Amino acid sequence: MKSRRFVLTFPPEATGEPITYNLIRKFDIMVNIVKADVSPGQVGHLVMEMSAPSKVLKDGIEYMKQQNVECVPIDRTITYRKELCVHCGACSAVCFAGALTMDRKSAELVFEPEKCVVCELCLTACPLKLFEIDLG
Amino acid sequence: MSKKRTIAEINEKILSGKAVVLTAEQVAAMGREATPAEIAEKVDVVTTGTFGPMCSSGMFINFGHTDPPMRMERITLNNVPVFAGIAAVDAYIGATETALPHDQYGGAHVIEELIAGRDVMMQATAKGTDCYPRTEVKTLINRESVNEMIMFNPRNAYQNYNVAVNSTSKMKYTYMGTLLPSFGNATFSTSGELSPLLNDPEMRTIGIGTRIFFGGTTGYVAWHGTQFNTGKPVNEHGVPVGNSATLALIGNAKEMNTRFIRAAYFEKYGVSIFVGVGIPIPVLDEDLARRVMIRNSQIETNVLDYGSPGHDLLGRANYESLFSGEISLNGKKIRTAPLSSLRVAREIAETLRGEIAAGRFLLTAPVENFKMTSGLNNLEIRL
Repeated sequence: MKSRRFVLTFPPEATGEPITYNLIRKFDIMVNIVKADVSPGQVGHLVMEMSAPSKVLKDGIEYMKQQNVECVPIDRTITYRKELCVHCGACSAVCFAGALTMDRKSAELVFEPEKCVVCELCLTACPLKLFEIDLG
Repeated sequence: MSKKRTIAEINEKILSGKAVVLTAEQVAAMGREATPAEIAEKVDVVTTGTFGPMCSSGMFINFGHTDPPMRMERITLNNVPVFAGIAAVDAYIGATETALPHDQYGGAHVIEELIAGRDVMMQATAKGTDCYPRTEVKTLINRESVNEMIMFNPRNAYQNYNVAVNSTSKMKYTYMGTLLPSFGNATFSTSGELSPLLNDPEMRTIGIGTRIFFGGTTGYVAWHGTQFNTGKPVNEHGVPVGNSATLALIGNAKEMNTRFIRAAYFEKYGVSIFVGVGIPIPVLDEDLARRVMIRNSQIETNVLDYGSPGHDLLGRANYESLFSGEISLNGKKIRTAPLSSLRVAREIAETLRGEIAAGRFLLTAPVENFKMTSGLNNLEIRL
């Protein structure tokens, strides 16, 4: 079983196929939608975690390609220099994925990388410029 | 009859190691069970703290004279222009000053480097005079080489501040951080019940000459701050709603610590500086006890739309909900985030508490109290 995170880019015209439904029903891929931004007539984006054996995952990605859905794995990760952090919270303001939050009790910044969708908004939102992209 | 005590009596207790000193958070929690009279009886001093970006900050510096001497007229420090329109080798480093195209590095960063003890490149030019013949200089300076580093901040420690949201469909980059479109977030910048001026809202014990914690050392309240406004509406708990009073602060930056002074850059806005301030409040009587017991749920502020040119007022929120991570505005839930570090504010209040409890920090009565004001002038365009 392999788990990977992908950014799916849908073309503006409808593909005519229920893509995520088919990934689940036909390919038996476990799908977790992390973020969705899809509007009719516009390019749509989906950040999705897919879990399945490697061969199945490969077939699912091939199926999406045939439907003109671009499927790019997220290999980049966000890191930050925790030791310099002042826990102001400015980065948590922009983190819509919920990876950066303020702990209510300790008032400290909590970073949960598994929730990060690498939108990169924290890179510019941090007033101390402590975030960096790790290209893996 | 409620107990009353003087600052002199409190100082005697501090010196004899018998003073009861609590942080504003501790006394707010205690206030859930105890009455103001009981708090006035038991507690002598309450410490506060805040650590937020405060743009109206800067530092006077005296470089020392060269031989032959020079009346420095244009000065840069690490290429950041500093104000040289005062005596020969004096200057004022404004925290927000930058030099294009490097707008992410400014006066605040220079101040932080100097406090950290690092070398900074200084360049200056002058026309040369009979008494100051030298016309240019380029050298390295640092904390040890200069004569004075005097932090003087015209507007710090805002008593309450607005919450910022963005109603538009575009991202807004502001001094209140990055505001996501369509009310995607709400930012605020106060340490709530721990904030200095919210614990003595009428400034009975805070005035000119008050000794404070400032940037890691002892500092003083020099004056009321700029845009000092005590004309703001007060809620049922006696706390002004929205930004109101401010303080001008002064202290020896050579003794400061970069743990409590940090340079900041807000995207597409500019440079600012995090300043650590802590003020002790003597619990002189029941009225002050009632003030220092204030809780986040009782402190409210205005929610403003930073997407509209006039920053339209959209509603009110209290700090309990702001710190909870979510506020409700006209039925819509909005995710909240602070810009001011509660974590460091607590460290400041706790440090000050420890200093007072150990007898190393005595309280002062204001040399003069502030005069209340009724509002602020706007700038009229007359030409």
